[in-house]
Amino acid sequence: MGVVFLRARAVTLLGGRQIRLPLISFRTSRLTLYKPRTLIFVKFRVASQSVKMTESSASKLLNGEACQRALRAKNAGKNGFVKNHCVFEHPRKYRRPAEKNQNATSNSSLYKKPFSESFEETPLLVAVLTYMGYGILTIFGYFRDFLRHWNIEKCHIAHEREQQKDFVPLYQDFENFYTRNLYMRIRDNWNRPICSVPGAKVDLVERVTHNYNWTFEHTGKVVKDVINMGSYNYLGFAENTGACAGAAIETTHTYGVGVASTRCEIGNLDIHEELEQLVARFLGVESSMAFGMGFATNSMNIPALTGKVRNLIPFLFLFCFRFLSVEEFWNSACYSLKEKQLFLQRIIYKKKKGCLILSDELNHASLVLGARLSGSTIRVFKHNNMQSLEKLLRDAIAHGQPRTHRPWKKILIVVEGIYSMEGSIVRLPEVVALKKRYKAYLYLDEAHSIGALGPNGRGVVDYFGLDPKDVDIMMGTFTKSFGAAGGYIGGRKELIDYLRCHSHSALYATSMSPPVAQQIISSMKIIMGEDGSTLGADRLRQLSENTTYFRRKLREMGFIIYGNDDSPVVPLMLYMPAKIGAFGREMLKRNIGTVVVGFPATPIIESRARFCVSAAHTREMLDTALEAISEVGDLLQLKYSRRGRPLSSLGWSSEESLLQD
Amino acid sequence: MNFKNFREYLSWLYFQYLLITGIYVLEPWEKSIFNSVLFSAIAMVVYTSYVFIPIHMRLALEFFHEIFGGQPESTMTL
Repeated sequence: MGVVFLRARAVTLLGGRQIRLPLISFRTSRLTLYKPRTLIFVKFRVASQSVKMTESSASKLLNGEACQRALRAKNAGKNGFVKNHCVFEHPRKYRRPAEKNQNATSNSSLYKKPFSESFEETPLLVAVLTYMGYGILTIFGYFRDFLRHWNIEKCHIAHEREQQKDFVPLYQDFENFYTRNLYMRIRDNWNRPICSVPGAKVDLVERVTHNYNWTFEHTGKVVKDVINMGSYNYLGFAENTGACAGAAIETTHTYGVGVASTRCEIGNLDIHEELEQLVARFLGVESSMAFGMGFATNSMNIPALTGKVRNLIPFLFLFCFRFLSVEEFWNSACYSLKEKQLFLQRIIYKKKKGCLILSDELNHASLVLGARLSGSTIRVFKHNNMQSLEKLLRDAIAHGQPRTHRPWKKILIVVEGIYSMEGSIVRLPEVVALKKRYKAYLYLDEAHSIGALGPNGRGVVDYFGLDPKDVDIMMGTFTKSFGAAGGYIGGRKELIDYLRCHSHSALYATSMSPPVAQQIISSMKIIMGEDGSTLGADRLRQLSENTTYFRRKLREMGFIIYGNDDSPVVPLMLYMPAKIGAFGREMLKRNIGTVVVGFPATPIIESRARFCVSAAHTREMLDTALEAISEVGDLLQLKYSRRGRPLSSLGWSSEESLLQD
Repeated sequence: MNFKNFREYLSWLYFQYLLITGIYVLEPWEKSIFNSVLFSAIAMVVYTSYVFIPIHMRLALEFFHEIFGGQPESTMTL
């Protein structure tokens, strides 16, 4: 029934060593890692004969049975928990029919509905031409740099002063080269000033450049009613009329706009308390805390959770009983210099607390920054690849910390709900199964998925039908679906109480502005349905309909679209550098505002245009946009997809595709 | 895509050439430099092939004719 296409590459790793642990002994075996970029069209259906053993063995584990190797399927019950093996068995080439049936019949799938993601592979010709294009532009970049260096042409960009020419160069790395020579030429596609509310339609300020994007001038005119396919306005709450805006105006009259303090001092308003209780109720967790900025929520709270500690007690002991001052200690002859250095380093200031962070390859910059600031060891697993994550977990538990082999104090798995550059949704049931198996903690960043996924809009946990208590730390932002600004962290009461005292953001950053908090409160009540109307449910339904329709139509037209079928973020692949600029400009000519993304936010040949579907878009707007996208796609030859496209001459229905069953 | 006349089709083809080579983003004088370099390279290729291909073809044909077609003349005995 369910057909799975996998292009797997068998890699023998760790050579089958046997590693002993107190309670568990297991043997690592042949591992197959599959590249997420190859043609994977994976479907999990309830009670289907799935070739992949992933969900089957994981659900058996959740049902309390011991996990088994494929070859010893029949003796499973006898082994009990002593010999446990990988939760997610890797797809093997040789399979006995007996085990296939056993695995299929004795499980209920982890996924309640089909999980279909696809990342079609780059066509070879397109990749070669893209590299050629980048090569030609690089040659011209060097040529222009040469002209700038010898002052044949005027240099507009930052460069070192004459007196600093012999210093270490500041602007020679590839990022600066790329910015000077490639980004500047197509810079008019970004930072476009907006002069209205960024709803379904937006007004842009018209600007012209007379020196090829080095400087811009405003003509004074405004481009009106540009269909906005770029704003993160998933539920359409970015509006200046309606209940939310009215309530925000009332709150401004009551509280003003600025708070003028931090949460810990005198900036804790009753509206913040109300907001936090509402967020906790919305998510289904015990308690939550709200911060003024989404980026700061990640980057300031991960250090508080897995950060360094200053252990002062041995310091005091030493100096009270032995030495009177640091100088005396340093000048004493009883310890060698090396010993003194080690002593100070290890006891007085513990550099690492012994925490491990396992983060996804494509995590957002705020998560990466938070992980780096915390000072813990960071290990990266392949994007949404559960085998890779499991391997890392097993290695971490088996080997412990790098030199001392002590066990890790805590292991934190950091994933996002929806990855905004790929449009993919995290495999949350599998991550939760792994987390429970290996006793790690889970940090889920629902920046894009809160409010946008799930039948009740409660995010990716709601989408998969899981228990919110399984996720230890649920983080999200209010920027995307709630039309406000800020972030939150939800979890157990002890965790949030700890964060209230120890988070850098709570101690030093200004608290959220009252009208913004009120906007969140009103929009959240609308989504939950507590304001008495069906507006929330209507918008959620409209968003999922729009998403399905938009994605289906784009796939049918023949574009390469990445990501999960249910995610409202739709990346459309462009690949070639010149097409990045051309796409943005041609779409603006047709009155549609899009966001195009290139290096360094994406890999260098995989530049894309990213559409964000909104509940505020009507069917007509989507049709207009789709027509324009198709036109531009024909003009620029962007329809790269090589999957079976419906040929109207043969009379196939538009739903069929060669790879679907 | 419907082109009203041949000129429009040619201009679309030129646009595709600009996009694929990446020249689209460059300033007009850079485009001219690249086009002239590419055009002169192609012109040289065409000229060389015009001068040398007939000679090479004739020599190759003679070579193979000697191997296969030349047998009856040399091995014929009377």
